[in-house]
Amino acid sequence: MKRTLMGSTVRLNWTPGMQHTFPVRLASLFFLLLVPVALGQTRNTCLDCHSALDDPLKLTAEEFAANIHAQKGLTCASCHGGDPTSDDNAMNPKAGFRGHIDRKQIPELCGKCHSDAAYIRQYNPSLRTDQLSQYRTSVHGKKLAAGDAHVAVCTDCHSVHNIRPASDVRSSVNPLNIATTCSHCHADANYMKAYGIPTVQFADYSKSVHHEAMAVRGDLSAPTCTTCHGNHGAAPPGVATVKNVCSTCHVYQSQLFEQSPHKAAFESAGLPGCVTCHSNHAIMHPNDQMVSTEEHSICTTCHIEGDAGLVAATGIHDHLRDLELRITRSKQILDRAAESGMEVGQAQLDLIQAADALTKARVAVHGFRPDKVAQEVAAGQAVTAKTYKAGTEALRERNYRRLGLSISLLVIGATLIGLRLWIREIEN
Amino acid sequence: MPTEQAVRVTEPTGKKSIIPSSRRTVLKTFLGGGIVASLGSFLYPVLRYLVPPAETNLGVDSVVAATVNELRPNSAKIFRFGSRPALLIRTAEGEYQAMSATCTHLSCTVQYRKDTQQIWCACHNGIYDLNGKNLSGPPPRPLEKYQVHIQGDEIQVMRA
Amino acid sequence: MSPVARVQSWLDERFGWAELIAPLKHKTVPHHKLSYWYFLGGITLFLFVIQVTTGILLLLYYRPSANEAFESVQYISTQVRFGWLVRSIHSWSANLMIFTAFAHMFSVLFLRAYRKPRELTWLSGALLLFLALGFGFSGYLLPWNTLAFFATKVGTEVAGQVPVIGPWVMMFLRGGPDVTGATLTRFFGFHVAVLPGITTVLLGLHLALVQRFGISVPPRVENQWECRLNERQEMKFFPNFLLRELMAWYTALAALAVLAALFPWGLGTKADPFAPAPAGIKPEWYFLFAFQTLKLIPAKVLSIDGEVLGVLAFGAAGALWLILPLVEPKRRAGGYRAVMAFGIVAVTYIASMTVYGYLAK
Repeated sequence: MKRTLMGSTVRLNWTPGMQHTFPVRLASLFFLLLVPVALGQTRNTCLDCHSALDDPLKLTAEEFAANIHAQKGLTCASCHGGDPTSDDNAMNPKAGFRGHIDRKQIPELCGKCHSDAAYIRQYNPSLRTDQLSQYRTSVHGKKLAAGDAHVAVCTDCHSVHNIRPASDVRSSVNPLNIATTCSHCHADANYMKAYGIPTVQFADYSKSVHHEAMAVRGDLSAPTCTTCHGNHGAAPPGVATVKNVCSTCHVYQSQLFEQSPHKAAFESAGLPGCVTCHSNHAIMHPNDQMVSTEEHSICTTCHIEGDAGLVAATGIHDHLRDLELRITRSKQILDRAAESGMEVGQAQLDLIQAADALTKARVAVHGFRPDKVAQEVAAGQAVTAKTYKAGTEALRERNYRRLGLSISLLVIGATLIGLRLWIREIEN
Repeated sequence: MPTEQAVRVTEPTGKKSIIPSSRRTVLKTFLGGGIVASLGSFLYPVLRYLVPPAETNLGVDSVVAATVNELRPNSAKIFRFGSRPALLIRTAEGEYQAMSATCTHLSCTVQYRKDTQQIWCACHNGIYDLNGKNLSGPPPRPLEKYQVHIQGDEIQVMRA
Repeated sequence: MSPVARVQSWLDERFGWAELIAPLKHKTVPHHKLSYWYFLGGITLFLFVIQVTTGILLLLYYRPSANEAFESVQYISTQVRFGWLVRSIHSWSANLMIFTAFAHMFSVLFLRAYRKPRELTWLSGALLLFLALGFGFSGYLLPWNTLAFFATKVGTEVAGQVPVIGPWVMMFLRGGPDVTGATLTRFFGFHVAVLPGITTVLLGLHLALVQRFGISVPPRVENQWECRLNERQEMKFFPNFLLRELMAWYTALAALAVLAALFPWGLGTKADPFAPAPAGIKPEWYFLFAFQTLKLIPAKVLSIDGEVLGVLAFGAAGALWLILPLVEPKRRAGGYRAVMAFGIVAVTYIASMTVYGYLAK
């Protein structure tokens, strides 16, 4: 029997009113009863048709089964209304069928359950229920309320039928995937034309150390878009408060900065704290030259030649460069010793402490005081003095061994010559 | 079977040496000197080897980390334990705690902070309490704890 | 009487010294173009003595527990005076000894010194080679570094592939289901007590048999000499051959000194049983040919597990090798050609598989 559904023709396997013999009917009834027992779920006639349709109406049973809502026992009707157990009433408006849901109505629709704490408690007691109220404070939410349907709604980030928990690595809102999800709009220059904001954030972020930590090193504690901008209440942090965002993780740097002369200077100039020197999205691995008067210097952006700031910068940079050089020299000599077979494992381990000291010195930079940086560098210098000495001693030992080898070879050679001569003598 | 006389045998000729005595001396020097010197060069390392070095502790399971009055209360010391650094803390109350100084996040060396009386990792701001338990920041696991025994004047640290 | 003569007379009155050393005084060694090959056996013996000496010295400082083994070898290499020398000589001499043992065995094969009445000498020699490989395998684990740990894991797993008794053999070798500190203790016991004991007995037998039957002459040279009697040459063992042998031994010592000083044996990193195996684990070179063969055999050959087939094949080859003199076809002149061919195939296979295994990733 053919039916027309939303403009496309579909063949149905079973229509009420078809005449069948009694045994067939009994068997069919028996089967009908078995099906929910076998599947353990409420019958879903929607999928019977929609699995055979083309995009955008296509949804197979497997795809739907992957959805967290389906796994919890909800059906199409939970959002779209209608009666999934019947063929006649599946899309009957009298049965509550809503059909395609308008974008502007989506947050309210999801919020119907997800803002109801008592309801959600039945499924996942630890799930938050403030998403909708947060969304309303966000840029997306405010614009949607003003009538702009272009902004993100729930389904844009969480996907429509393919919704998985954020902890699932396949989810579009898993930390590993969030940046990509945001970039679907925010990296599309055409789509964002009307809003006048840049679309380079994703490209910038992909170059950053945070992205590297997350995507390459697999460190899930590394920040992604939502870490700094919020997820449901998404909005840019704002110039005055962005440093609070950074200091959530980078506490010590922030504390030092607060005590430094830059704090007042940046605030009065309206500069965005950490972002001034480190950028917001394209946060690259810092280079010691950033605090110097050399090629990659950032200080020279504001400071002029001869002023106290540049003097301090030069001092700090000299300290850092000195320690870095010493570490390199120690590493070279230890590598040379190790290559010629000397045991320098302990010194190589000690050298790690010097590298730690350099890291601490680079943190101390944020106080912008050369003497504090010098303190940390001094600890590293003590270590490199020790490791360099170990390296020279190892090389000295190596030469001593080679000298010993030469002597013993000479002695053995002499004995060999003596033996040869003796053999020749007694046999002539 | 070949008879004895038909077989040529390489053996000492028994003839009196026809080489001049100066060459004999050279021979004797090379051979005698060589053998004595070579035996000496084998024996000398062996004899030195047999003398045990000053430090007999391998430092794997137990190490003397410090002496009793070396550390003031609310201070700490990094010492070598096995092949990695370890931390000995003397708390403000005067008690000793010892643990691994290798941060469980990315293996930086942690340090003791007098001001907060906590253990801190400068690399990514990991914080541990005085028992080594990871409190905040990226470290996923606590620091490995060691036992502290005070024997006389020495503070011995042993694997738990 | 000179002092030497006095000592000899004293010994003679108590031990029958003169009678004891009389055979040595008359002992001769055949002297011909191929007699340089005769040195290989003596060099192997010399290297074994070096192993025992350096091994005993290492015993004074080594600690055979999983906790301290690595650090004790590190201690020997860095803290003990000349410890680095003793340890490097022990490691290098082990490799050189296995090489000369193989060379000695193949030279005996190609010079056909295994013929009657020397079959038992061959048998004891082949067993000694297997013991040397056992020394190598057990000793390799003792520093308890990452490479050794995983090489032992793989090696004992291969042993476990032998049908029927394999799992029991693996448990026996490992001292448990996995490679642990128990394995280390066991291998240490094998390396310093069990294997040396068995080797002493077999070596004594091997040397006694060599002494009993004298040095064999290759058949071709033997035929030549039968035709032309006056060409036959012998060399007195004492002092002529012995002096030459001393020269060979001193040269071996020089080689060891150069290797130990210029290419010291590395330490690696301490074994961590919980870490994953590093890529490209390979056994020591003397096992490479077997290892590479097993890698090349497909997973299943006619429904038999590939690795089992490989292990059985090597077992069969080893058994055949042991009884080679007894199964040599006796047909007139050409019977030995089968053995010669087998020997050439074996040495070519081992050499090429070793190179292949070394170069393969």
